[in-house]
Amino acid sequence: MTSWFAKFLTSSIGKKVIMSLTGLFLISFLLVHLLGNLQLILAQDQGQTFNEYAYFMTHNPVIKFLSYGLYAFILIHAIQGLLLAYNNRKARGDQRYAVKVDRTAGASKSSIYMGSLGTVILIFIVIHMAQFWLQMKLGNTEMVVYDEEPVKDLYTLVAAVYQNIGFVIFYVVAMIFIAFHLWHGFQSAWQTLGLNHKKYTPLIKAVGYVYSVLIPLGFAAIPVIMFLRQQ
Amino acid sequence: MENMKLKLRIWRQGGKYPKGQFVEYPLDGVNDHMSFLEMLDVLNEKLISQKEDPIAFEHDCREGICGTCSLVINGYPHGPMQQTTACQLHMRNFRDGETITIEPWRSRAFPIVKDLVVNRDAFDRIIQAGGYISIDTGQAQDGNAIPIEKDQASHAFDAATCIGCGACVAACPNASAMLFLGAKVSHLAQVPQGKVEAETRVQRMVHQHDVEGFGQCSNITACEAECPKGISVEHIARLNRQYIASTIGSEKVAN
Repeated sequence: MTSWFAKFLTSSIGKKVIMSLTGLFLISFLLVHLLGNLQLILAQDQGQTFNEYAYFMTHNPVIKFLSYGLYAFILIHAIQGLLLAYNNRKARGDQRYAVKVDRTAGASKSSIYMGSLGTVILIFIVIHMAQFWLQMKLGNTEMVVYDEEPVKDLYTLVAAVYQNIGFVIFYVVAMIFIAFHLWHGFQSAWQTLGLNHKKYTPLIKAVGYVYSVLIPLGFAAIPVIMFLRQQ
Repeated sequence: MENMKLKLRIWRQGGKYPKGQFVEYPLDGVNDHMSFLEMLDVLNEKLISQKEDPIAFEHDCREGICGTCSLVINGYPHGPMQQTTACQLHMRNFRDGETITIEPWRSRAFPIVKDLVVNRDAFDRIIQAGGYISIDTGQAQDGNAIPIEKDQASHAFDAATCIGCGACVAACPNASAMLFLGAKVSHLAQVPQGKVEAETRVQRMVHQHDVEGFGQCSNITACEAECPKGISVEHIARLNRQYIASTIGSEKVAN
């Protein structure tokens, strides 16, 4: 890495560009993740479609490669975000304001709480991965045979978790945090990259608001519907 | 109203290092036609007559154009009115009997000099890093000899209205100076005279911004909301574009 590039990445704008690009990647991942997971509730075949999809996602070399990128991007986005939050807190100085206000011009109030929202989401991701991803990697899932091919029965594992009303509430609440994080994050990413344009910014904002409601809503619907179906 | 009664909660601090604290001052006889600074003058006259140390606060033109006044009033830099400097804020915007909290700009890059006065040399050093145009002295050029479209001249002028007061830093939850920096870079980047040095300017000024210890922008737009000149965060976007294009795209490596 040449020095000019290191200087760029460690400048205050470069740090935000890293947040922006990793954030946009994670935003696009959410859509793919949702479309895949919707098979949990859309395909009424005791999970065969979903399990075969999960098998494909864990065995296709291209997707495996992308998944390592995804883990890296989650870590970079989280670590960089925490460092920025720490640095920005330090920039205020030792003495903080006695009277706190939250007036903003174009951005929503969630812009002020991105660090806190992100921290909660990070904790959620850890729990979420420990619950499903890690269980599958450790081989704690039952096997099920489709067309003489043994496949890990992730569906049954998911269905078991979503029988617990506590976990259903946990997942729904986590999606609310993601919605607020996206509400600012989606449009902020483009502003950081310098895209503030009379023709495109209103469109980006509109798409961002729709996206940050629909995607978490879609995710939240999965545990709720699976819980209700099992009652 | 001729005789407003106020309770003022003002930050007192002897210098850069001594610990500061809030001191409460009751003040009677405030006229609602007074500006906020005139109200503080009345308090200081009273303190001086009582042989007490008057409150140190900065002011110069009192016309809203110099950018010297720097008070956080009830949590808002330059007070609760938008697009107004503290000197142009009038007491009619406050209620009789109200408690008003007055604090200095809070930023690691703006150390306190005394009470409500902060040292804003960091802004001067950002300007020194590149916020100028290098020209030979001599006859002023005919304005019409430098063609520029009206819309673009107006956009540049929008940025040029920045008075460098630092309210953006004071308002930003991250204590970032990106609106100030954005205004200065965007102003010069949009006029033909400034384009010549644009690539090195943006790199040098961003570097100085970081050296001074300001925070990083997360597009909260509190700066735009509190800017007495209403400068838009679109200038921060232009700064980002300029910086990315210059560091990644140009052959220039400043500093």
